[in-house]
Amino acid sequence: MTLDGNAIGGLLLEIFGRDMTNAEASCAACGAVGPVAETTVYVRGPGTVVRCRRCTSVLMVIAQVRGMNCVDLSGLAALEANPRR
Amino acid sequence: MAGTAVRGRLTWQVATVTAVTAETGSVRTIALDLPGWPGHRAGQHLDVRLTAADGYSAERSYSIASADGEPVTITVERLDDGEVSPYLTQELRPGDQMEVRGPIGNWFTWGPHDGGPLLLIAGGSGVVPVRAILRHRQRSGSNVPARLLYSARSLADVIYRDELDQYQGSAEVRYTLTRSQPPGWGGFSGRVDDAMLARIAWPASQHPLAFICGPTPFVEAVAELLVARHYLAGRVKTERFGGA
Repeated sequence: MTLDGNAIGGLLLEIFGRDMTNAEASCAACGAVGPVAETTVYVRGPGTVVRCRRCTSVLMVIAQVRGMNCVDLSGLAALEANPRR
Repeated sequence: MAGTAVRGRLTWQVATVTAVTAETGSVRTIALDLPGWPGHRAGQHLDVRLTAADGYSAERSYSIASADGEPVTITVERLDDGEVSPYLTQELRPGDQMEVRGPIGNWFTWGPHDGGPLLLIAGGSGVVPVRAILRHRQRSGSNVPARLLYSARSLADVIYRDELDQYQGSAEVRYTLTRSQPPGWGGFSGRVDDAMLARIAWPASQHPLAFICGPTPFVEAVAELLVARHYLAGRVKTERFGGA
């Protein structure tokens, strides 16, 4: 099921301790910059996969293992929590 | 950026159902008493967690239907193959409890200071956060111009119809009915298309602010049409939900 970054707002709040839907994600592959809310999100896999809406590269992977959130942000060049728009 | 393992934070709180109201045959509005609620903004959502006696739990996100400063309500559509929505729409009674986390989301939100003109486009139960925005606009006395285009299967499937019709005059409210139209229907028919937007969308030169909420294919089709009409990507805010 394809959703967007709004759908994982609660999960990201749990991980980062603050709202991240309004944060600005920079794709390490294509350089696209935009709010986390507008990324493409797949929630029905074994983990949550967040992809770049422009180039479809994986930006983040979040998996829950024994009550821990394992977070892989290696597809992001930057994640700016307080973007100046 | 590096990966890491993070221990989950305790952010869930217990909500008590105070009322369940029928909106349509398959849609219910659920009012919640949340003693520790920090307040929310129009357009935000919350997560609901239900846990069965055997420990199995399921989480879902629901848009908040009430305006800023009002008690929290959510509006839930029953999906026949759903795991959570049949319980919420058919079994839940006042006095029942559930776990809630929120409010969530600072992107798909609107307040009077965000300005407009506002173009709100909703598909099915995607009208819920958009209703919160219109309701907040009304309650705050904002004079930001607003138009709503709401796509529903039939007139009987239109959620909040009485309330939305009351906004007619201070806002422009238009419906499109995709599957069946009553005799003499004067509104739009069929899926949202460019001809409809030509009649209802503010010209891009007015620097409009658009909010689109609905099922993923609906949102993507409408967002594409608005960008083709030269709406700025950063002023087209979208929220997609699953289920059909």
